[in-house]
Order: sequence, then structure tokens, then C-alpha cells
Amino acid sequence: MPITAQFEYEKVKSWSEALSLKSAKGSSAKILAGGTDLVVLLRENWVSPDLLIDLKGLEGISDISFKNGVLTLGANVTFSDLIKSQTVKKHFTALWEAAQTVASVGVRNRATVAGNICSAVPCADSAGPLLVYEAEINLLSEKESRKIPAEKWFTGPKKTAIEPNEILHSIEIKAPVSKTSAAYLKLSRYEGEDLAQASITALLDCDKNYKIAFGSLAPTPRRAYKTEEFLKGKKIDKETLSQAGKIFEKEIAPISDIRSSKEYRLHMAKVMLSRALEKTVSRYYKGVPHYGEGMIE
Amino acid sequence: MKKHSIEFKLNGDIVKAEVLPNKSLLDFLRSDMGIKSPKVGCDRGDCGACTVLMNGKTVRSCLVLAVEADGCEIVTCEGANANKLTQKLQKKFHEKNAFQCGFCAPGVILSATELLSENPKAGREEIKEAISGNLCRCTGYEPIVEAIEEAAKK
Ligand code: FES
Ligand code: FES
Repeated sequence: MPITAQFEYEKVKSWSEALSLKSAKGSSAKILAGGTDLVVLLRENWVSPDLLIDLKGLEGISDISFKNGVLTLGANVTFSDLIKSQTVKKHFTALWEAAQTVASVGVRNRATVAGNICSAVPCADSAGPLLVYEAEINLLSEKESRKIPAEKWFTGPKKTAIEPNEILHSIEIKAPVSKTSAAYLKLSRYEGEDLAQASITALLDCDKNYKIAFGSLAPTPRRAYKTEEFLKGKKIDKETLSQAGKIFEKEIAPISDIRSSKEYRLHMAKVMLSRALEKTVSRYYKGVPHYGEGMIE
Repeated sequence: MKKHSIEFKLNGDIVKAEVLPNKSLLDFLRSDMGIKSPKVGCDRGDCGACTVLMNGKTVRSCLVLAVEADGCEIVTCEGANANKLTQKLQKKFHEKNAFQCGFCAPGVILSATELLSENPKAGREEIKEAISGNLCRCTGYEPIVEAIEEAAKK
């Protein structure tokens, strides 16, 4: 079927060209990254931009760099790029693990992390890891540049803190300084290609501080601060997990949709919270499984 | 809409064309180039029937715009035969009678080609993961997985 939407296309040669186009056109210009979301939306006529700005020709746009303990992901870094990166695997396990659960290879080869958080659906796989690692999102506009912490990024379902004249330039994450372990858990209807019915990301550091983020359990991906507060300094055992579950349940606000019912989500959220925490603790002492093993674990 | 001139390599040959921004690569290959191995399945990124290799990596051509192919190298099943690995895979698929209607075959073959070129000794789990984006309504996947397993062994 042909795409019926009508739009212009510009493959920009510099950031300044991209930014001046974006500021002239505002929200009627869309950034085209991997296209795995945008082209679907165009086909369904759910969005009707006048212009698509393609950044893929810009230098460094697909680079993953790790300098002075800071990981920088260019706006066109794909999930396949993340999976192949040893740095991501070593320092940002949960992000690496989340990348593997995104759709399938043919999608991961195109779909970008930046696109994932700009689409900002509640089930975005990279959101949880970016929240627990406290990533910062670098935005550029013609006149200024600013940084937004991941926690302030998601403002509603499919809504973010980006302004119509801004473009996401890169994502930065500081590697944890002390020893940490982390895990990303995704519940879906079948293995292979599916969106999350629920997802939990957990991170543990050497002072027994826990960080927990969830996806598909509220209008936006979010941190579970109250549950984190309760768990602080505690050892993970049955009693703690059951109490944590009760607090967690109040922090989430799942709905029923095509992928599962609200009740199922409420129940599974607690189960997954426990599993994610147990996994994180066990990884803290035993390390992370290898690729391949990780998938059948 | 303004037309764009694109130039890219298609199955080894240079192709020059003028395309509208809203033409998908899948549409362009099938209707303008007469390349029919990428199939129109779901037309929305779910089934993998439209898979082609773009710079050596599988992509869903229904989600790629033809203008984006400018400067790239595109290989479809028609051209993949030049690759020894693909030949080996095709032989195994044939021996195992791995497909029935064959609608998913071009996509599966290219996904398997990408897998084995990066990971020649891929195991069962990795094979399953690699083709998880290629839906097959006929076979139940078993013979497909077996055929790729055999190709990975030798
Ligand atoms: S036709 Fe492209 S994924 Fe189904
Ligand atoms: S053989 Fe018919 S869809 Fe796979």
C-alpha cells in the first residue's frame, strides 16, 4: 500500500541546518531517525508533518562514546548498536538487556534509543534503564542547548519535555562509580516480538540503595521512589519483598488494554518487582550472564 | 512534494532514480524496480516479509523510505545468491523442505544470512532470536530452525 500522507524530506548536512529548519517549521517538522515508529504513524495517517528532517547524514550521530565515565549516545544510535557495545554491556547492564528485548533484529537495526524516548509510549523499553541510570537528555535549539534529566523527560503518554523548536542531540549517562548491578525484566505475551505488558528495571549499589523504574504500569515510565525509600539499606528476603510489593502497588496505575487487563498487571507487577530485585541481588554477587545465556535465563 | 534523486547499489548494480518522499523502499523495489522477493505482508513492521539487507543489515523495507536508500547498498533475495553463505542456507532449506507457501522465505533467508555472517556458529536460541521477527503462517518454524542449525554446523 502506498503511503498517502504528503510531506517533504530533507537530509540535513549540518546541525545548524537542522535546527533552523526545525525552528522555522516547529511541530510540523518531524525528525526521522529509524522510522520504525514514524513511518507506521505516517502510513496510518496518525501524524501529518509537512517535513521530515533526516539527521542520519550528520557526523558522529551514530557514535557511542565513553569518556571520563560518561557514556554518550548519538541521536541515531540503534538498539543493535547498544547490543554490540562492550561498554554498554559492562557498565549499563540493564540498558544492554533492555535493548535485546526490543522487537526483533530487523527493527533493532533501525530503531534508535532517541526515537524510543521521543515516541515516549508507556512501554518504551529504554525508558526504565535511562531512569535508573539517571541519564540526561541533551537538547539543541537554534539559540540554546539544555539538558533534561530522564526523570523530567516523560510528561504524559507520548509526551515529552522537548519543545517544538528543539532536537534531541544525544543522551548522556554517568557510569556508576561504585560497584552496582542491575536488571531489566519485561513481561510480554510471547517471547520474541511484543511490546511490554509490564517492565521493571532495578539497580543496586554497594550501600544497598535500590533504584526501581517501571514501564507499561502508568501513563508514563517512572521511578518508584516510595518503594526505593522503603528498600533502602534492607536485605532482600521474602518479608521485605512482600512489603515492598504493597508499597509498589500504590505507586503504579495500570490500565486494561489490548495486551492485558489492569488486574493482571497489578498482580504481575509485584511478581516482577520481586524477580527483578532477586535477580539484581544475585547479579551483584555472581555477575551477569553472557549473551545467549541471558535470553534463556 | 518534491522529488529527490537517489543513487544506490541494488544487488550489485548502481541504480539512479527520482523518488517522492512518501514512497517506501518496499514499494519502490516492487513497483519501480520489479524486484518481487520482498513481500508486502503487514506493511507496518510486524511480519518481516519485506526484509531486505541495507548495508549488510536486515531492515523492514516497508518502514524505510526509498529516499533513505540514497548512498546505501541494498541486497534482496534476488542478489543474495551471490553470497556463499546464502547459497549454503538455501541448499539446507531446500533439503529440509523448510518452507511451504514460501511467502516468508525471502525474509527468513536474509535474516539467517545476517545472523550467520556475524555469528557463523550460532546456536538454536540465537537462531530463534534472529528469525523471531519473521512470521511464518505455514511451517511452525521447526524445519526452518533445523535448516539454519545445519548450515551453522558446517
Ligand atoms: S510488510 Fe514489512 S514487516 Fe510486514
Ligand atoms: S512457508 Fe508459508 S509463511 Fe512461511
